Amino acid sequence: MAEETQTEAPAVVETMVVKVDGREVEVPKLTEDWQGNLVPTTVLQACKHAGNEIPHYCYHPKLPVAGNCRMCLVHVGMPGRLGPDGKPPTNEDGSLKIDPMVLPYERQTPKGVIGCATNLVPGMEIYASSPETKQMREAVLESLLINHPLDCPICDQAGECKLQEYSSEHGQSESSFAEYKVHKPKKVNLGPRIILDAERCVLCTRCIRFSRDIADDDALGIVNRGSYNTISTFLDTPFDNNYTLNTVDLCPVGALTSKDFRFQMRVWFLKETRSLCSSCGTGCNTLIGSRENTMYRYEPRENNAVNGPWMCDSGRLNYKWIGREDRLSEVTGASGWATAIIEISAKLEEAQPGSVAIIGGARQTNEELYLLKKLANKLEAITDSAPRSGQGDNLLCCPDKNPNSAGSRLIGIANEDLGSRFAEIAQGIEAGTITSLIVFGDDVTKHGIDETLLDKLDLLVVSDILPNATTSKAHYLLPGCAHTEKRGTFTSVKGQVQKFMKALDGPGNARPEWEFLHELAENTTGQNGFSTIEGLFNQMAEEVEAFKDKELTWASLGNEGVTVEI
Amino acid sequence: MCPTIVNNVETLCNVKHIVEMGAEQYTKLGTPNNTGTRLISLSGDVKQPGYFEIETGKVTLGELIYDENFGGGVRDGNGLQAIIPGGSSSKVLRAGETFPIGEDEVDLLDVPYDFDTLMKIGTMSGSGAIIVIDDSRNIVECLANLAEFYAHESCGQCTPCREGSLWMNKALHRMTHGGARTEDAEYLLHIAQNIQGRTVCAFGEACSWPVLSFVNKFKHEFEAKSLNTTDKETASTP
Repeated sequence: MAEETQTEAPAVVETMVVKVDGREVEVPKLTEDWQGNLVPTTVLQACKHAGNEIPHYCYHPKLPVAGNCRMCLVHVGMPGRLGPDGKPPTNEDGSLKIDPMVLPYERQTPKGVIGCATNLVPGMEIYASSPETKQMREAVLESLLINHPLDCPICDQAGECKLQEYSSEHGQSESSFAEYKVHKPKKVNLGPRIILDAERCVLCTRCIRFSRDIADDDALGIVNRGSYNTISTFLDTPFDNNYTLNTVDLCPVGALTSKDFRFQMRVWFLKETRSLCSSCGTGCNTLIGSRENTMYRYEPRENNAVNGPWMCDSGRLNYKWIGREDRLSEVTGASGWATAIIEISAKLEEAQPGSVAIIGGARQTNEELYLLKKLANKLEAITDSAPRSGQGDNLLCCPDKNPNSAGSRLIGIANEDLGSRFAEIAQGIEAGTITSLIVFGDDVTKHGIDETLLDKLDLLVVSDILPNATTSKAHYLLPGCAHTEKRGTFTSVKGQVQKFMKALDGPGNARPEWEFLHELAENTTGQNGFSTIEGLFNQMAEEVEAFKDKELTWASLGNEGVTVEI
Repeated sequence: MCPTIVNNVETLCNVKHIVEMGAEQYTKLGTPNNTGTRLISLSGDVKQPGYFEIETGKVTLGELIYDENFGGGVRDGNGLQAIIPGGSSSKVLRAGETFPIGEDEVDLLDVPYDFDTLMKIGTMSGSGAIIVIDDSRNIVECLANLAEFYAHESCGQCTPCREGSLWMNKALHRMTHGGARTEDAEYLLHIAQNIQGRTVCAFGEACSWPVLSFVNKFKHEFEAKSLNTTDKETASTP
């Protein structure tokens, strides 16, 4: 088959064999570091290959290694020093002699190495579950807990706290600590979105490294010495870049909490739904945390082709509109959905070719834009999407604030320059050649089609989520759903076609747009479509060139999406 | 930023000799494998504390403390209780201890002051700072003093030293302020054993070795601290 000849032979990965808990494991010699460079594989990574997760606080695969928490201490055996013959010492049978590491000044005491920063050595034996390793972990956990406030019942991190998890997996139930605890600042306002409880902090410095090395804002540091170490901003300079909330995700304990989320919900009650951020064209992968039809938070979901494990603060906090009181929730212009769809269908059937214009907002899903395009083809309608632009940056924020501009272009709703056909549509309405307008998810009054022009129309069908100047003029208003309330796909500015799942129900009688668009398209075009999102996507993938090239199917998108040519 | 080197006085002193004498002549000073000179900083309970330059290994600990050219003896006619031989992080030596060196059982005071011998007897020559402790001192209070210094010096970068150094300090503060318990000797050893060899830098050893050696070599004094009623009177509320 043609594809097979195009497929490159997989790169040969050089491997080496190490022993983990007495079992030989073949692991790659090199592994990607936090910047994606290939560097020697570490003990911690080798253990992960072996299915043995070494506990750790300061280590994070996407941050530079610090080696300070000592939680990943593990007892290992090493080959001896090379002899005068240049060869390492061997056993009687000729095999490599491996000596469990001991303190050089106290040879009866085992010595551990930190798994995060110790490279593999051929022949190395890693005693990942030995009593020696276990004792080292118990000691580090005991040290971390002696000054910890143990306030889990009122801590937001409880339920997703590494201190809790490791304590129960690797710790002891009792401590010999008989002194007074160190008291440190609590409820520290680090910046507009972050609160620090310094007593809960384990001083892993992940937040410092993230801010310095990823967000390029060297805003955090440690003040005071020894046990009094405290994370701090520089004097009163607030911690206020657009990525600060990632430090809340990175914080393995409850030291850094989000002002938006703290005290709102116990994490174990949250339902997690795979979704996307809709605030710009980057398409950061997210997890929605919701309970009883209320959304409580967005968290970034790792996708190395898109956002890595991060997302920006503005995108993360841009969800309150979903639960707004003034959400559109009822059909207007008809007694309900059934009559509205029948009446609109009938009017569109009567429309003269070329007399209809369709605005498909680039916040609609690929599937919805595809159905609008089908309608447009039948009606010979002119189409466009409204542009939304804003500030971008070098990390994740894209200046295109539409989540699906690329989809709108690929499907053929907009051309390269979003909004470039609005003037032509305005002229058509003015001249009376365009008498019907269908608007999905855009406020056209902000793009040169003002209220007086809208008054001239014989038919104005509007679907949206929140009220605006266009919805107030609608002859038929069809309440739609936020992307958190339906399934679908967006195409990012880089061409990643990614799907999102439904976390919430829409308000009142609001319906996912693809559902009623499917009915409208079926009535108008006479073509029988699919009534499931999977079928609809697969049908679209057959017809949209860029999707067809990659043989996209709903299933093949997986959790991380597929990149298409844009 | 320019690279900066900060030299010990001892290094500068060595360099002067080496330049003046030439390396070959210089290495004829001292003893085999422990060549050249050392600067000794003698402090604590001696009559003549001060700096002395010696040929490495040519002078014994006893001479350094009692010889008129060096310490001139323990102050106020007191007896010797202990020697910290190489800076406050080196392991303490107890008066009257003997060590097997070669064929002989050597008394503490006859131990030559060099690198190899001090290593052999379980401590180190380290910085060359010898602290002499006489028998009027309470040994628990001496260790409390050291622990306070190390708790204050710990930078806090890594967990065992950051938490452990202050933990030991708090325990010793409690012990010297009327709150000692008989189990505190074992308690201190438990803390110190979980620091040495597990830290980013050698400060882990530096703060735990005094505790390990003081408690091991003076266990009875540490256990007896809880019985000392005069301490209770000076107890302060933490």
